[in-house]
Amino acid sequence: MAAVWRLVNRSAFSSATIGHQYLPFSSAVKAGMRAGQTLPERVKIVEVGPRDGLQNEKTIVPTETKIHLIDMLSESGLSVVEATSFVSPKWVPQMADQVEVLKGIYRKPGVSYPVLTPNLKGFQAAVKAGASEVAIFGAASEQFSKKNINCSVDESLRRFDEVVKAATEAGVPVRGYVSCVLGCPYEGKVRPEKVAHVAKRLYSMGCYEISLGDTIGVGTPGSMQEMLAVVSREVPVNALAVHCHDTYGQALANILVALQMGVSVVDSSVSGLGGCPYAQGASGNVATEDLVYMLHGLGIQTGVDLTKLMDAGAFICRSLNRKTSSKVAQATCKL
Amino acid sequence: MGNLPTSVKHCLSYDQLIQDYPWLRRWLLEEAETASEYPESVKIVEVGPRDGLQNEKEILPTGVKIQLIDMLSGSGLRVIEATSFVSSKWVPQMADHTEVLTGIKRAPHVQYPVLTPNMQGFQDAVAAGVTEVAVFGSASETFSLKNINCSIDESMRRFDEVVKGAKAKMIPVRGYVSCALGCPYEGQIDPSKVAEVAKRLYEMGCYEVSLGDTIGVGTPGSMRKMLQCVMKEVPASVLAVHCHDTYGQALPNILTALQMGVCVVDSAVAGLGGCPYAQGSSGNVSTEDVLYMLHGMGIHTGVNLAKVLEAGDFICTALQRKTNSKVAQARSGMPRS
Repeated sequence: MAAVWRLVNRSAFSSATIGHQYLPFSSAVKAGMRAGQTLPERVKIVEVGPRDGLQNEKTIVPTETKIHLIDMLSESGLSVVEATSFVSPKWVPQMADQVEVLKGIYRKPGVSYPVLTPNLKGFQAAVKAGASEVAIFGAASEQFSKKNINCSVDESLRRFDEVVKAATEAGVPVRGYVSCVLGCPYEGKVRPEKVAHVAKRLYSMGCYEISLGDTIGVGTPGSMQEMLAVVSREVPVNALAVHCHDTYGQALANILVALQMGVSVVDSSVSGLGGCPYAQGASGNVATEDLVYMLHGLGIQTGVDLTKLMDAGAFICRSLNRKTSSKVAQATCKL
Repeated sequence: MGNLPTSVKHCLSYDQLIQDYPWLRRWLLEEAETASEYPESVKIVEVGPRDGLQNEKEILPTGVKIQLIDMLSGSGLRVIEATSFVSSKWVPQMADHTEVLTGIKRAPHVQYPVLTPNMQGFQDAVAAGVTEVAVFGSASETFSLKNINCSIDESMRRFDEVVKGAKAKMIPVRGYVSCALGCPYEGQIDPSKVAEVAKRLYEMGCYEVSLGDTIGVGTPGSMRKMLQCVMKEVPASVLAVHCHDTYGQALPNILTALQMGVCVVDSAVAGLGGCPYAQGSSGNVSTEDVLYMLHGMGIHTGVNLAKVLEAGDFICTALQRKTNSKVAQARSGMPRS
């Protein structure tokens, strides 16, 4: 029987002549698969509020406030909190106190505190300050790469290669980011093959995880599905993460689709810190509180205590004198 | 399954089939990825002028409501809930229901349902020229008592009268079930209760039943469980989802509903209408954000997003408030090219 099955090719199997009684079965299977049966049991949340979030807030936050925020986030059960960025303060003034922040935070056991290191110099400064995990930031769009870090995608990958080699020698894990995976503010549409190419290079050079970023939040479940289908042919899905922006309100829907496709690492930012530099007044990062609410509602474990997380969000919003971007935080309905 | 032939076992149990032919799972997954699991087209029921405005504090002039509905009529929307024939004592915003209904330009191929909570409201609506009505049930006893002053059973009896009256005049009736994913008073709601109320509305003659997450507490997890239960009693083709975005869950909840075969979605332009149970929070999901998602997925709606954005801009200016739509916020923040 098994031999006969193997001989039947796919197109014949799915054709109506072979047996349209199989089609309703297959549709039911698809509906079942898509509507939740293949979700991961556990999702790792990578909290990017203290770095990606604060980096995009206009108000410069005192060092102690940043340290306190990170400490509160550590207490909430998050296992990864991106602490700061070793870029030149000339470009990113918010991150000028990178060394003080990294040295000042409580390094909770079991929690990782990656820092951004755009080049070898940043990497060396980070290691000196005690970093035990670093991150590098590539782009799937040539124009974005040039405007953002002043070099082509290829050139940036060469720089990152240096960082990864040095990190590997020092036993420091490296996380890779790919920005503009679902659209670019300059180029518009970005081909999934380009995303896959950059993701693959980062993975092959030694990044243990690749975070795919919808930098301007233009993606939808349609483009997310299409992009992940192409990328997951080049990089194993368990090495992928999604970094969705909520600029067009699509973040949670996009994350849901990513989970259904096997992704189990999601980046988010407490209180949805960090607006979108390409659409003034619009939101940027998806709020960690809203993400946790959805994941817990799906029965997915995160290890995060939502109440403690909301406390951290309330704290940083008071410090920034701004309203939270998290809808969960805004809702006061007791249920 | 005992002594059944293997082929029958495979037809009855997917797990058994995969156990015997493990390679088949990968093939089916590939098929699932390439084939579409979403409806080709989705009907949007625009509830901004009724559900949206009803929950806005600012009482608007009749002329503004009429203009809003006329702008929405020009956007391609096929259903626009125009007003509510409830007592103006309870809902002052809807006091001008007759003027609104008689004042709007009725675009061809567009339906303008109105809420009719009882026979009195229904008769007034008919006198004003209504061609479709809606009735609003609840899956929560406490919510029913607090919201419309009667038990679920009593409300069903009232609606039955309305539906009989509507049938006699060949007027279609849409049914709503509120608190489908949670109640501000009772907390968790048993999906079987939602199914029971939905079934009653369907069997009494409602052509469509809209399941409302009234306080927006639902998640894709609770949406899936609730729909699985309801779909045992009411066909998917008759169901709609009415999601509130109070906890930011509306779009993933809608996505889940689409994956389960629902193809009618309620939404409100500019996300009009806050949540009366969570002060300062948002309520209805924004039509603009829903359209953006559906169009991005290649799903046909027939609606022109730009025109809805214009209508949203108009009503927010009139209400002197910011839009709740993220798409509208993003578009207004973009540098003009």
